[in-house]
Amino acid sequence: MNLQDIASQVRRDIVRMVHGVKSGHPGGSLGCTDLLVSLYFKHMELKTDDQGQVVFDMEGNNEDVFFLSNGHISPVLYSVLAHRGYFPVPELATFRKLDSRLQGHPATAEHLPGIRIASGSLGQGLSVAIGVALGKKLKGDSHLVYVLMGDGEQQEGQIWEAATFAPHHKVDNLIAFIDFNGQQIDGPTDKVMNNRDLGVKYEAFGWEVLHMDGNDYTSLDTVLTQAKGLAGQGKPIVIITKTEMGQGVDFMMHTHKWHGTAPNDEQLAKALAQLPETLGDY
Amino acid sequence: MKQYPYTDKKDTRSGFGAGMTELGRTNPDVVTLCADLVGSLKIDTFIQENPERFFQCGISEANMIGVSAGLAITGKIPFATTFANFGSSRVFDQIRQAVAYSNKNVKIAVSHAGLTLGEDGATHQVLEDLAMMKALPNMTVINPCDYNQTKAATIASANLEGPVYLRFGRPVIPVFIPEDMPFEIGKAIILNEGTDVSIFATGHLVWEALQACQLLEDEGISAEIINIHTIKPLDTEAILASVKKTGCCVSAEEHQINGGLGESIAHTLVTNYLAPQEFVGVKDTFGESGTPDELMEKYGLKAGSIVEAAKKAIARKSK
Repeated sequence: MNLQDIASQVRRDIVRMVHGVKSGHPGGSLGCTDLLVSLYFKHMELKTDDQGQVVFDMEGNNEDVFFLSNGHISPVLYSVLAHRGYFPVPELATFRKLDSRLQGHPATAEHLPGIRIASGSLGQGLSVAIGVALGKKLKGDSHLVYVLMGDGEQQEGQIWEAATFAPHHKVDNLIAFIDFNGQQIDGPTDKVMNNRDLGVKYEAFGWEVLHMDGNDYTSLDTVLTQAKGLAGQGKPIVIITKTEMGQGVDFMMHTHKWHGTAPNDEQLAKALAQLPETLGDY
Repeated sequence: MKQYPYTDKKDTRSGFGAGMTELGRTNPDVVTLCADLVGSLKIDTFIQENPERFFQCGISEANMIGVSAGLAITGKIPFATTFANFGSSRVFDQIRQAVAYSNKNVKIAVSHAGLTLGEDGATHQVLEDLAMMKALPNMTVINPCDYNQTKAATIASANLEGPVYLRFGRPVIPVFIPEDMPFEIGKAIILNEGTDVSIFATGHLVWEALQACQLLEDEGISAEIINIHTIKPLDTEAILASVKKTGCCVSAEEHQINGGLGESIAHTLVTNYLAPQEFVGVKDTFGESGTPDELMEKYGLKAGSIVEAAKKAIARKSK
């Protein structure tokens, strides 16, 4: 199955999960769907058994690992992990419900395969990913560490502590993404708190900076391949990933209003009509 | 009373440094991080001997906690080191989410706790860290009492799977715990058996408690001295056994009374066995500049204050 078809199913899952519990964050989840599908179904080297079934262990030795720093877009991560085989797809129906392993924001306390750290309080994932990258180096594991952050999240101070640390310690087995959708809860990022030119800022901090269209599979493929080629050359890599919040559902696009709002029954039907079922609904 | 002769005085942070030196030589998974305070934390030898296992973080404590959590994911045993103030209150959210809630095997090892860092004053004199750390699920909280115990606690922390907050300090105090005394996390140590009052002390106030024990003995009062090096999990069994024998107690700590060891003991007593308790600690106020000794005196943390508290507890018992 091609990546676009997988993405269509993931997007259906996202709107259904959020609708099902009348809470959660569909906008950023829909925007980052193509990136996560590209990573987990094509670009990341993941540990599998003889049958090709993914195998999860906490340490993530000898495989690429991914961290979601902007934990509120958990629906997209949960759907991608489930369809990739980390846990049963029907479990998506338990999202945000009592006794679920699929907490509102990703967590490790319930031992959901695929999750290695809690995230939700913003600004922390880059530091964690750096630590994992250092650990891999100490163990002679040449696999990569990926981390996704939000663009609004760049307003957190800890991000810039981590952004200073990584080039200083030559953490060059790390590829960071900034979900550059220009939106945050209170409105457009430029209006709420202008980040200025993030590419220029990261470059000044000593990072290799790339740009990518996170909703275009040609761009994703080209730039992810380029980034992997730049690994191991002494610099951490950041890809400013332009996405459209709400991508794939027309009435959720071009606005920040669907950052953390669930669709009602009518809106759900309208959204699902735009997203073909490909792998089967949970 | 049982005597604890000593020949040397040292700071507890040097005990931590000695523990790290040993861990550097014996446990290849141990790594150390520091936020621009290498000299203060006494980890120079570890760094010299294991340069590839040390990560200088600069003055960026929040990032240090996150990087430590990441290293722990890969199976390393990171010791994140700084002053107690910057390793607790400054980074509480990072510790809460990435270490405690995520249950990562990170050791937050902090020096210069409490008033006795001295002249730097209240900005650096954290007196609230035990309250913060003991409130976190999954967190083990240890506050050893002298050089030898700090060294032992450091090594024991590395061997415990899970988050640890290990607190020590700057003042130079007698090395009175025998080097070969067994140290078990969560297990209180009875330093002197007594019958009239139990004195539960932590950190270097254990030494003050031993001085108080002698002063009380001179007045014919028999005090049981118990060293609570692990604030959490608390050795409630040892506490209850002692108070059932003596009928009253005193808690002594270089920390706010609000949220400290004393409150944990009070909770244990209230829910199990009612008995009078008096609190020696800082009474809802910030510190100030001064020598460690002057500050201990002014804020009521010395042996004399423990003696007064013990008498008060005993008096309440008899009513």
